[in-house]
This record gives sequence, structure tokens and C-alpha cells, in this order.
Amino acid sequence: MALLGTIMDVSLGDKLKIAIASGKGGTGKTTVATNLALSLENAQLLDCDVEEPDSHIFLGMRLEKVENVYIPVPKIDKKKCTFCGKCSEFCQYNAIAVVPNDILFFPELCHGCGGCTLICPEDAISEENRVIGIIERGLNNGLEFYHGLLNIGEPMATPLVKAVKAKAEGKKITIIDSPPGTSCPVIESIKDTDYCILVTEPTPFGLYDLKLAVEVVRKLKVPFGVLINQEGIGDKGVEKYCKEENIPIIMKIPHDKKIAKLYSKGIPFVKKMKDWEDKFIELYEKIKNS
Amino acid sequence: MTIISGKGGTGKTSIAAAFAGLAKNAVFADCDVDAADLHLILKPKIKETIKFSGLKVAAKDSEKCVDCGECREACRFDAIDENFEVSAIDCEGCGVCIYVCPEDALSLVDRESGYAYISETRFGPLSHAKLNVAEETSGKLVTLVRNNARILAKKNNKDLIIIDGPPGIGCPVISSITGVDLVLIVTEPTKSGIHDLKRILGVAGHFNIPSSVCINKCDINTQQSKSIQKYCQINNIPVVGLVPYDTLFTKAMIKGKTVIEFNDGLISDVIKRMWEKVEGMLV
Repeated sequence: MALLGTIMDVSLGDKLKIAIASGKGGTGKTTVATNLALSLENAQLLDCDVEEPDSHIFLGMRLEKVENVYIPVPKIDKKKCTFCGKCSEFCQYNAIAVVPNDILFFPELCHGCGGCTLICPEDAISEENRVIGIIERGLNNGLEFYHGLLNIGEPMATPLVKAVKAKAEGKKITIIDSPPGTSCPVIESIKDTDYCILVTEPTPFGLYDLKLAVEVVRKLKVPFGVLINQEGIGDKGVEKYCKEENIPIIMKIPHDKKIAKLYSKGIPFVKKMKDWEDKFIELYEKIKNS
Repeated sequence: MTIISGKGGTGKTSIAAAFAGLAKNAVFADCDVDAADLHLILKPKIKETIKFSGLKVAAKDSEKCVDCGECREACRFDAIDENFEVSAIDCEGCGVCIYVCPEDALSLVDRESGYAYISETRFGPLSHAKLNVAEETSGKLVTLVRNNARILAKKNNKDLIIIDGPPGIGCPVISSITGVDLVLIVTEPTKSGIHDLKRILGVAGHFNIPSSVCINKCDINTQQSKSIQKYCQINNIPVVGLVPYDTLFTKAMIKGKTVIEFNDGLISDVIKRMWEKVEGMLV
């Protein structure tokens, strides 16, 4: 039994957590994430682009809400408050302002650090939860899916990304669809993954933003490779850059009208172009062995 | 006015650059500070560089630290690791660790988060920035870029600021649109495009900002294109432009030109007409 246990552990350790990212938006992250997840058996797909989550559109599954995601914010008891201003002085985010005989709280600026509660000499501040978004779940043919949906008008995306990522259970291959850009929500999506696929388009905008994304993954020390989407649409700048920097190009998806058309209808192209299923399985194997 | 999209890669920057070439008396601002691309077309000559510090970051004095772990317990951002070192990437600079440290071993220090630039281009002044990778608070840098643009407009007697916004609906987007007179949302006729359009319209509505819509690549799926137009009509949102798919956009980008400079043909006419409509809405 003990031996069996060890073997099981090893095989569990084989299930990679792969982030799909890009500096520039609209390069095909969701296309890659959904087609890869659908090609693999027993995968989990986490859509961490909580501002504009689109993966579910391609999966055609019924989603159910599983939880609200909160951040803790101060609740001020104005009867106890002496308007001493210590909390507002402490707050690095300018989320509390004290004016003569009143105290104002700006919830959308609060990061939920808990500092004001700690510092209040009158014990006038307790905490309450503020909902910033929800998590939904879906299941279809063995593919388990989660995404976060940031509330409209809500600036704080990162805590929701964190909550979606916590749904990774490790027993399955986990594919993470990241938001575009290079700042906080992107870092949260990529960090502590086993590999990052950087999706780019072969254009000057694609190249410029790819270089930024490369800086991010290098800083986070996550192994990575580049996937060129819409190959043939632009120039050779991306390939030249990857060669100079010794970055592997792990896949190329051609600029193909059929793929674009399927995308516009919300159909993952592996469903209609079956040979791509094998290509995505090969891609996973290649990443695992790298 | 701010050009946004919700979904990335719909053509915000190509359209912003084309508008820059058409506007007679405007200042431009690139508020996509994460992945700014407008400068690749506008090719700015930088006149002034301003250092930007966003949130602060905790720094530890190892000589004073006694590894008691109070900071690690109090930190809500998991920014103190098991060796009681500060992880700068996770730290949000709140100062709670400093407050709880019994040994006075921690302090808040400035971090170099990026740079803001004031530049001159062939179409007029440009305010832009570069956020260092893996940095927080892009919203704050967006605000700085907008303030710089406002100062530039005043100084140069310009009556319009054209802002190229970031994708998404969160912090930097909100900072890019609050208080503007008009947003132009560039979308595409795909299922994702429509889904994201509805969410970004919700954000503009939430902040009471008038919206207009441009459907880029409108002919890649005419059915979806029609359903966007219908949706906009029902919700009283003017569709100011229907731009057909054309490889000219990429070709112009490769040459570092606006699509109008590159080829003054059919696409140019469509964009010029859209610009006239937008200008009309701004008067």
C-alpha cells in the first residue's frame, strides 16, 4: 500500500498548472486556454480574467454560482468615534477621511488591510464584508470550469483573481486564462504556476507587449514559451526576437478565416478541426517534458 | 474622450492613432500604462520624464528583526514569507506590519513604479507612461497621465484630450473614464466582443458617462454585427462607425503609420466619417 501511495503521489505531481497570458489583449489567450483544456482529459479551466471573462462562451456549459467573494472593510461606529483622525492618517489608500465631527469612508479605495481597525484607539472600527464579485462553476464531459465575475463599477480585481485561483485542486491539469496587461491581476494569475504560455500576434504591437510579458514571467521565475497566433498576419519581428532571446516558440496557429469565423460564433476550433486536438495534446506533453 | 473596449485587441489603439491624425486641436494621452502601444505609431519625442512612485513597500532591517512572526500573521496579502522576508510583489504597502512589529524593524519606503512622459508628436502633444512590470496601482499612474494631459492642453490652448484606454473594466479603466465627456467603445462582432461590450457599457452607465460604439471588423460576422446594432439601438447608444475588416491596419502598424497616412482609401473614409460624428457629439 505504501508503495502504491508513492506512485500515486508521483502521478499527481505530474499534473501541471499552466497559465495562459499575454501583454496585449485580444491575441488569443481564451482561444488557447479553451481549446487546450478541451483537448486534454480530466482538466480544470480557471478563467482569471475576472474583468471580462469570456471562456464560458466557448464551453457551452451551464454555470451555477458557488460563492460571493468579499474583501473585509471597516465598519465605523460613529457613536464611539472621536474623529481623532488616526485611521485616516494610517490609511495608505486614502479610503478614510476625517472632517470636523464626521468621518467618511470610500469603500472602492479600501484594500482591506485591516490597519484602521488595529489602530483605532476608541475601538470604534470593526469589519464587515464587501462583495466585489462572484465565482461561478460549470462541469461538462469531465472538464471542470470556474470563473470570477467582477461587479460592474468595482476597481479591485486582484482579490477575486486570488479566490478563483484557489479553486485549483492539483489533482487535475489546471489551465489558467489570465487577464491582459502586466500589473496586479496578471501577476496574481501567473505566480506559482508551473509554466506560462505567452500568446502573441506577429505584429509590432504584439511584439512590444510580448517583451513586457516576458519581463513579467522572468521576474516571477515561471518557465515559459511563446505561442504565435494568427501567424502570417504581420511580420517576422516576434520570431526574430524569440530566436535572439532563446525563447522557444511552442506552437503557431495560422491566420485562418475558418478559425476566425468559429471564434466569432463562440465555437472552439478543436471541435470542428479535429487534427488540432492532437496538436494541443502534443503541446501539453512538450511542456511537461521541457 | 476616452477610447475603450472591455475586450482587448479590438483595435482601440489603431483608431486612437487615426483620430490623432484627424483632430485639429487636441492633446493625446495613452492610459493603457500596462502595455502602451500608441507611441509605436505616434513616435513621440520625449521632452520630460517624471519618476512615478505608486504605493509604498515594506522594507525590513534584518539586524533588528527577531523572527517573531507578528508581521506575517497580521499581513492580509501574504507578503511576508516563511523566512519573514518581504515579498515586494505581494506587498500592497498598507503599513500593518510596521504597526505590529515590536522591534521597530520594518518601515515603508518608496518604490520605483514607473515613469510618466510628456512628449511631442507630429500630430500634437502626447502624455504617456510606462509602468514597470509586476507593479501595482496602474490606476494611480493613469490619473497622473490624465493630469499631465490636462496641463498640456491648458498650456497649448487645446480644446480636446483624446485618451487611449486600457482593456478590462477594473481599476485602470475606471481611472481612464471618470469625468470624461464621451467614451467610444471599440468592439467586434464576436460572441466575446458582445459579452464584453455589455459589461463595459454597464461601467460607463454606472459612472454616468455618455457612450458611443464603433464596430470594428464589422463584416467578419454580419449577423453578430446586426445584433450589436440592435442592442445599441434599444439602449439608445449611438453606433458611430462600422469599420470593415482590412489588413491595412496591420500593414500600417508595421510601417509605424496611422491607417489614414498609410492608405487614404475606403477605410480612411469610414474613419473620417466616424471622427466627424464623434466630434459632433463633443461640441
